[in-house]
Amino acid sequence: MILSLVEVNTYYGTSHVLQDVSLGVAQGDVVALLGRNGVGKTTTLRTIMGLTPPATGGILFNGREVRAEPPWNKAKMGLAYMPDDLRIFSDLTCEENLDIAAYLVKRKGYWDKKKVMDLFPVLAERRGQKGLNMSGGEKKMLSLARALMSNPSVVLLDEASEGLAPMIVRSLAEAIGTIRSHGMTILLADQNLKFCRRVCDRGYIIEKGQIVHEGGMEEIWQDQEVVNKYLAL
Amino acid sequence: MLQSIVHVCLAGLSQGMFIWLVASGLTLIFGVLGVLNFAHGAFYMLGAYFCYTVLASLGDNFWLGLIFGPLFVCAVGYFVERYFLRYVYHLDLPYQLLLTFAFVLIFDDLVKIVWGAGSIGSPTVPGLGGSVSILGRMFPTYSLFIIAVGPLVALGLWAALERTWAGRVIRAASSDREMAAALGAKVPLIFTGVFVFGTWLGALGGGLAVPYVGLLTPGMGEAVIIEAFVVAVIGGLGSLKGAFLGALIIGLLSSFGTRFLPTFDMFLTFILMALVLLWRPQGFFGEASR
Repeated sequence: MILSLVEVNTYYGTSHVLQDVSLGVAQGDVVALLGRNGVGKTTTLRTIMGLTPPATGGILFNGREVRAEPPWNKAKMGLAYMPDDLRIFSDLTCEENLDIAAYLVKRKGYWDKKKVMDLFPVLAERRGQKGLNMSGGEKKMLSLARALMSNPSVVLLDEASEGLAPMIVRSLAEAIGTIRSHGMTILLADQNLKFCRRVCDRGYIIEKGQIVHEGGMEEIWQDQEVVNKYLAL
Repeated sequence: MLQSIVHVCLAGLSQGMFIWLVASGLTLIFGVLGVLNFAHGAFYMLGAYFCYTVLASLGDNFWLGLIFGPLFVCAVGYFVERYFLRYVYHLDLPYQLLLTFAFVLIFDDLVKIVWGAGSIGSPTVPGLGGSVSILGRMFPTYSLFIIAVGPLVALGLWAALERTWAGRVIRAASSDREMAAALGAKVPLIFTGVFVFGTWLGALGGGLAVPYVGLLTPGMGEAVIIEAFVVAVIGGLGSLKGAFLGALIIGLLSSFGTRFLPTFDMFLTFILMALVLLWRPQGFFGEASR
């Protein structure tokens, strides 16, 4: 396992958001973290990245205990994060948003500015545009591209397919296929089961801060009982 | 009449550039750290006193004082940020104001202990001590020098923020510190650096004030910081462009006020602030809400 969580507990103030969450992501896998809104998907990713540090438990990354590491150290070790609200620097141009990620973390690898612009050609068209003036879909691609710029070994994607038109979801699925083909490991928090089925190998289902089910993605897809209980809206 | 107006304008410009020098550090610190630093006026005062001490002990060389004096104040700024301010970033604004105001009182008293409670006269500047004739009336050369320094500092700041990597990282951290951290920016280090640099700007303003104000007094920072706050508010808190424009307007307004409406001098400044806030609560270049 390149990334694993061992009985992680995270609190927001007094509210116990993650309760003994354990999960593992193997090198090269694309793993889904499924669940409805507000069950702890975002908190799980924020906890891994170090933005909302856990109170107890272990986070192992490349065999190292990284629970207490601040986010900037985790970024340098090879973790990257695309938040659900994208968090594009509105004052910086599209190109500067990409450049800054490569400047802050210099890791060798396949991805560079040209490669991410080949993957998402719209970013090349909008390169001089301030983040402020980009559309939701463009920001999503920019946020994902920015996460790739540091050549991380694991990317955490929060709600990658949310709010996108069906056609764009399809091309995003293709892009994730390309990204994984270059050796990237992905943990994807999403509620779109169909999308996850296209891109993920395995999945965890989280409900009220606890992991309640895990299995192969195809197996979860077939399991009507599980889908109805934890995922149906 | 023309001669009089030109001179009032020049005096207003030099005064405005002074306020800008102080307001620039204040604005930079607010824009990046989100902290309203009351102690900035104290840094201005310390800049003046350290500059004075250095120049007095190095054979009355003003330029050496101006170079080395503010560096001592930077050390003080580092101490304040690293060991105090850092622990109140996550608290509400009033706590930050209380802490930085406490530093104002502490530094005022420290200055009284170290330099004495009385005033210290200030030296003239070799080369810039005289006056030049403009339209047949004499104008202090030093004030012309200040009028030139202000835009240079503005240009330098703009270039540093827009055209260097450090500047881009600072802008990123200022627009979203959490995301910057997730991308690998060591945010606490950036904050310390920006605070120390902002302190340097305030202290530089103080150092440049040494020949200008004529007298150094404990508490000399208070008058300046109030004007700098007015300027920062009018321009839009956190906006350097706004602070520069605001400083120009306030400098000119107060200069014209002193000349033509002497009894309403300070009144004009505050009535302008009130009007701007009524018309645009976020200031000229401020964001509508943060």
